[in-house]
Amino acid sequence: MAEKAIEAKKKGQKKSSEDYTYVGMVFHRLTRHKLAMVGAFMLILILLFVFVGPLVWRADPNAQIEGIEGLFNVPSSAHPMGTDDYGRDVLARMFFGGRISLFIGFISAITSTIVGAVVGLAAGYYGGWADNILMRFTDAMLSIPTFPLLIALASVIGKGVGQIILVIVVFGWMVDARLVRGLTLSLKEQEYVEAARAIGASANRIMWRHLFPNTLAVLIVSTTIGIGGAIIYEASISFLGFGVQAPFASWGNMLQNAQQFIWNSPRLIIYPGLAIFMTVLGFNFFGDGLRDAIDPKLKL
Amino acid sequence: MATRLVEVQKLKKWFPIKGVVFSTTVASVKAVDEVSFFINQGETLGLVGESGSGKTTAGRTMLKLLQPTGGKIIYKGEDITKLTPNQMRPLRRNMQIMFQDPYGSLNPRMPVGDIIQEPLDVHGIGTRKERRQAVATMMETVGLRPEYERRYPHEFSGGQRQRIGVARALVINPELLVLDEPISALDVSIQSQIINLLQELQQRLNLTYLFIAHDLAVVRHMSDRVAVMYLGKIVETAENDELFDHPLHPYTQALLSAVPVPDPEVKRERIILQGDIPSPVNPPSGCHFRTRCPYAMPICKEQEPLAIEVAPGHTVACHLLTKK
Repeated sequence: MAEKAIEAKKKGQKKSSEDYTYVGMVFHRLTRHKLAMVGAFMLILILLFVFVGPLVWRADPNAQIEGIEGLFNVPSSAHPMGTDDYGRDVLARMFFGGRISLFIGFISAITSTIVGAVVGLAAGYYGGWADNILMRFTDAMLSIPTFPLLIALASVIGKGVGQIILVIVVFGWMVDARLVRGLTLSLKEQEYVEAARAIGASANRIMWRHLFPNTLAVLIVSTTIGIGGAIIYEASISFLGFGVQAPFASWGNMLQNAQQFIWNSPRLIIYPGLAIFMTVLGFNFFGDGLRDAIDPKLKL
Repeated sequence: MATRLVEVQKLKKWFPIKGVVFSTTVASVKAVDEVSFFINQGETLGLVGESGSGKTTAGRTMLKLLQPTGGKIIYKGEDITKLTPNQMRPLRRNMQIMFQDPYGSLNPRMPVGDIIQEPLDVHGIGTRKERRQAVATMMETVGLRPEYERRYPHEFSGGQRQRIGVARALVINPELLVLDEPISALDVSIQSQIINLLQELQQRLNLTYLFIAHDLAVVRHMSDRVAVMYLGKIVETAENDELFDHPLHPYTQALLSAVPVPDPEVKRERIILQGDIPSPVNPPSGCHFRTRCPYAMPICKEQEPLAIEVAPGHTVACHLLTKK
C-alpha cells in the first residue's frame, strides 16, 4: 500500500501542477512524520516478503511431505520456517497466505469505503427524511453484534474469498458513511455547489463531480486504516473456520489450524500472528500519518 | 418600449428558525419580504443595500436557487414560481449567476476548462469537440489564456477567478445574468477590469443584468435603473440618474451621503444613521426603517408605507411622500 499510494500520487503529479503542489505538500509532510515512516517501512517489508519472497523461495505451499518424519519439522535449510501438521512448507504458505489476506484487505476496505461514500453522500446531500432513514439504518447496523450474525451468514452464503469480502463490506461501511455524511453537510453549503445547481446540474452530478472528489483525501486515509481492520476481520473469520478454505492458506486460517498445536509447535502460530500484527500496525501507523499530513492545520 | 424579461411580484423568502422541540417553526428570518421589481431586456438593474438587507437572497430566489415562500416570479411572461427543479433545468440555460466569492465558487478539485465546460455538458450542447472549442473561445472572450484550461482554480488570482466565473455563466449564452456582488471581494484595481469586462460583454451579447452590490459608485456606473433595499424591502426604485440626483427616501439619502466625493472643496451634509440594521426576525412594525429614520413620525409605527410612483419610473415607499 505504502509505495502504491505514493506511486499513484506520483502519477498524479504529471497530470497537473495542482496535484503536484497538493500531493507534493502531503508527501513532504508524510516523510517528516516518524510514525508514518515506520509504518511505511513495515509495509514495504511485508509487501516484499509476500510478492518477492515466492520468486526467491520456490516451494509449493500445498505440497505435502509423505510420512511421519515430514510433519512438524523445525526450521532447517530445506524448510526455513519448518513444516506444519500436514508436512507443508510454512514459508511458502506464509507467502501465499499473505497474498490472500492482503487481497481481501484491499478489496473489502475499498469496497466498503465506496458503499459508505454512496450512503453518506445521499444522506448528506438530500437531508431530511432520506438522511434520517439512512443514518438510522447505519446506527442499527453499528449496533448489531457482528460475530453471531456472521456465523449465521457464512452458513447461508457459503465459504470462500468472495463471501468473506461480502461479509466484511456488509459490516464495515458504516464508519465511512458517517464520515462522508458529515463532510457532505459542510461541503454542500459551498458556493460552487450552488453554482452547479444554477447551471442545472442533477443531484447525481453534484454528488459525484463536486462533492465526492472533495472528500477523497479523507477517504484515502480511512481506506488505509480500513485495510488493517479488514485483515484482522479476515483473520477472525478464518479463525472461526468460515474463511478461506483448506488447502489454500491465509494468515487467518493458518492461525486457526495452528491453535491445536500451540503447546507442541508454537512457531506455527507465531509466524502468521506476527505477520498480521506487522501488517495491521503498519497500515495504522501509515494511515495516522497520512491523516496528519493532509491536515494543513497541523504543524509537522 | 422595452420588453420585460423578468418580473417579481411580492416575492417573499422567509427562512424558518426551528425550535428545539419537534422541529416546530418558532420564528422566521424575513430575508425578503414582499419585494417587487422588474428588469427589461438588455438593461441593468442595480440592487443596493447594506449587509443583511436581503439583496443576495432576492437575487437567488429570483433564479429559484431558493424556493420562494410567497409571491410570483414571471420570466418572459411565464410564471416560473411553481416549477419543479426538473422543469427549471431547461430554463437555467437562460438565467445564470456569478458569485461574490472567487474562492468558494469554483470547485477546487476541477480544472478550470472542465468548470467552464460543465454547463455545456449538463445541457448536452454540441459534440465533445465543439464544447472544447466553445470553452477555448469563451476563455479568450473573458481574457484568459486557453492554454490554462488544465490548471486548477487555486493557481489563479482573485480577478482571474472571477473571469472564470463569468466564463462559466456565459458559455451557454444566457439572457439574464445575476451578478451577486461580483467585485466586492477584489482589489480596487482589479474591480475596474471586471466591471469593464462585464459592460463590454453586455453590449456584445445583449445581456440583461441584475447587479447586486453595495458600492454605490459602481452601481451608478453600471446600472440603468437602481432599486434600494432595506431589511427585506425595496424602499426606492428609479432610473439611475434620477435616483442619484433626487433621492427621496431618507434611507437612500443617507446611503448617498456616504459616497465620497473626489473633491476636497465640496462640503457635504452627511447623514449618519444611528444604530444597526434591526433583526429581520422581528422587524419594526410599520415602516422597517423608522427606528433609524431622522424624520420618523407616529404614522410610521402604525402603517407600512406603500410604494407610490412619484415620477415616471420612480417609486418610493415612505410616509413623507404619501402625505403630500
